[in-house]
Amino acid sequence: MGMNLSSDIQRIRHDVVVIGAGGAGLRAAIASSSRGLDTGVVCKSLLGKAHTVMAEGGCAAALGNADSRDNWKVHFRDTMRGGKFLNQWEMAELHAKHAPDEVKLLEQWGAVFDRTPEGLIGQRNFGGHRYPRLAHVGDRTGLEMIRTLQDHAIHQQGIQVHMECTALRIVMDGDKLAGVLAYWRDAGRFVLFECNAVILATGGGGKAWRITSNSWEYTGDGFDLAYKAGAELVNMEFTQFHPTGMVWPPSVRGILVTEGVRGDGGILLNSEGERFMFNYIPEKFAAETADSEEEAERWLAGDKNARRPPELLTRDVVARAITKEVQAGRGSPHGGVFLDIASRRPADVIRRKLPSMYHQFKELAEVDITKDAMEVGPTLHYFMGGIRVDSNTQMTRVPGLFACGECSGGMHGANRLGGNSLSDLLVFGMLAGNGAADYLDKLEATPQASSETVDAAIREATAPLNREEGPNPYLLHEELQDVMNNGVNIVRDKEGLESAIQSLDSLKQKASAVKAHGSSQYNPGWHEAISLSPLLITAESVARAALAREESRGAHTRIDFPGEQDRWQAVHVIISKSADGSMNVRQESAQAPPERLSEIAHSSLTDLEGGSA
Amino acid sequence: MSQRNFKIWRGDADGGEFKDYSVECGEGMVVLDAIHRIQTEHSGDLAVRWNCKAGKCGSCSMEIDGKPKLSCMTRLSDYQPEKTVTVQPIKAFPIIRDLVSDVSWNYEQNKRIHPFQPDESSSEKGLVMHQKDVDRVQEFRKCIECFLCQDVCHVLRDHEKHDEFVGPKFMIRLAGLEMHPADTADRIASIREDFGSGLCNITRCCTDVCPEHIVITDNAIIPLKERVVDRYYDPVAWLLGKLFGGRKKKPVDAIEPTKTIRV
Repeated sequence: MGMNLSSDIQRIRHDVVVIGAGGAGLRAAIASSSRGLDTGVVCKSLLGKAHTVMAEGGCAAALGNADSRDNWKVHFRDTMRGGKFLNQWEMAELHAKHAPDEVKLLEQWGAVFDRTPEGLIGQRNFGGHRYPRLAHVGDRTGLEMIRTLQDHAIHQQGIQVHMECTALRIVMDGDKLAGVLAYWRDAGRFVLFECNAVILATGGGGKAWRITSNSWEYTGDGFDLAYKAGAELVNMEFTQFHPTGMVWPPSVRGILVTEGVRGDGGILLNSEGERFMFNYIPEKFAAETADSEEEAERWLAGDKNARRPPELLTRDVVARAITKEVQAGRGSPHGGVFLDIASRRPADVIRRKLPSMYHQFKELAEVDITKDAMEVGPTLHYFMGGIRVDSNTQMTRVPGLFACGECSGGMHGANRLGGNSLSDLLVFGMLAGNGAADYLDKLEATPQASSETVDAAIREATAPLNREEGPNPYLLHEELQDVMNNGVNIVRDKEGLESAIQSLDSLKQKASAVKAHGSSQYNPGWHEAISLSPLLITAESVARAALAREESRGAHTRIDFPGEQDRWQAVHVIISKSADGSMNVRQESAQAPPERLSEIAHSSLTDLEGGSA
Repeated sequence: MSQRNFKIWRGDADGGEFKDYSVECGEGMVVLDAIHRIQTEHSGDLAVRWNCKAGKCGSCSMEIDGKPKLSCMTRLSDYQPEKTVTVQPIKAFPIIRDLVSDVSWNYEQNKRIHPFQPDESSSEKGLVMHQKDVDRVQEFRKCIECFLCQDVCHVLRDHEKHDEFVGPKFMIRLAGLEMHPADTADRIASIREDFGSGLCNITRCCTDVCPEHIVITDNAIIPLKERVVDRYYDPVAWLLGKLFGGRKKKPVDAIEPTKTIRV
């Protein structure tokens, strides 16, 4: 295609540009526009299709509607314990404190959550949460949330949505942010958004793996944009493998099966019919977990003195247990285990509480979940690690660059609790919007975008169309997925990680020579070629961080370094781009937690129950 | 695995034609899988929209053997193995390229609808609403915005009355607001005059294609038509309802769109 460089490309001016229109991006845009700022939202898909739409189980918030003993402190404690104390403490505090108000705000904007018998927002049980805490709508909570935010945002003054538009490069003026270069996916033309603050809300990078619950959009764009702009990535080794993805048929492998199935009473069984999770209860959670089927049954029946069933242990624990059962030869016919709700709940209850699971298995796997067990296994689902931000403002170390939602790191530590993602994106979306507004309030001069960066990024982006021949981008992407599924999977070791890093090096060479056939107009092959760079940055950062952390903690499991190591308890792995372009990995000691928070995190439950918020 | 044949529409706003493709297909594959395989093996620039691949986002709407469907939920095993499967974009909206249509008109319609306007009665714990009173609203809120209902609506597809009728998708959006227990806006006049409820002639084609099984016609459009009839043709009943009925609602009009969503 003909080169149109910075001198003659389209320019659009906003105060703030939000990249990504999932829950975090929309919430950030609403916050920013409500501060009187002209806010552009740039998204790769149509509005309302981002990954938030697929979230199923619910949004964690200590509303205390289903159990009045719940409060923000218990939520905070659960989050820290689930994250193996590697969470950014203040983020976990802000999250637990703000989540209830954010959920109630959504209701004021039109969200219709399932109700308690008293007519309040209903709450369901989920892994790692002490009390029923997840505001939900059957198993389509994410749809309810994104639609509510979308319908609210389109009526906000000052929000303009740019659909099917991909961000390519953050453009700086000296050390300050001055804009972002993007291209329209339909026309294939470039556009420079001139703005002085960018909020990244791009989600994760699950598409670097073969077996993932993520859609095509999850190519780690935010990691790439931030990294190249000079921001840091934190604890990228913590990639969450959700324990229950579909395993059969092959074409749907990885698609999510909500944790709500277990929250509503579903149990995990191996091929011998054994309820195996009782064999995998970690010592730290033993005091709060049922140790017999009898007790677990009493809990399900509503006995408040019974402890929680082991199927509701945190996701890292359940995913590893499933992997071990399969490795021990006790797996299901297609390499998973069985998830049974059919024998636990009446058919009409299953259809009412889990309608989209019922539909999904019926249509895609020809399994009736009210009659038969599902086959499930781990699937790459979520990035705990991500762009490093300040807890209160969500700003990165690059002035004017912010991040929120899945693409930011720190909130969830080494493992995220189910339900904490939907609340995370509301709370930190709101904080990021306000953070950007505060930054602009104080900004004196208006930075101007440099044309050199723009020209270089355009040349790089158009190269796959212009060259005569080269590797097929789709096949290269598949090669990358195999490298990650083999070497950087749920269980890792030095040898595998080193060999993955080597393979990634050679893939980088191939990716720089890739060929996209056809024109620039709505050309998925070209889009695929462009996404290889962020995918490779994402993959390399996870592999290198995983190699650096010589312990097993939360979602990061090293068979050559089993168990949590004291030395690593307060260490963050930080990744940044070196001056020579190579990837720099360093370890950094975490700051000691504020005493008030440390006290809560290590309190007994009785101290916190009924404690005032 | 077996070889299967497809006819796929290729082209843009200026025109196009069906092209033949043949790919290996395995157990459990859906039409979208076959399209992806064609992209990888034969035609990298074949344009298609998709996201979740699990029937939850409503991106991959297309017409498969003439029937509007989500391609991610349409299994190849539903078709005779030796028969060619024909795939084309949804027809009620302009083509961008190949299987991708320009659905921006729908986003403009949504902006015309006056947003949720809650009453002031909310408690510290949020709105108090009972499950039985929100069941119907939740049915409408299952909508994944796949626009298949818009695609088959005769008023839009055959008569092209996009200026007069907002289409079934937005009738359920309006019904979801109108029936929300806490909404205080009176949308009845606007439903008739701005959004064209009278144009629907109840053929139920929209209900038939809804992948979320929302009973669009019977549960949303007909009740809205009834409310319009009560207001305009039975004013005594309406007045009595207003005097002795429930919560007072304030009339709202459609919002004049400003062009801020770009596809």
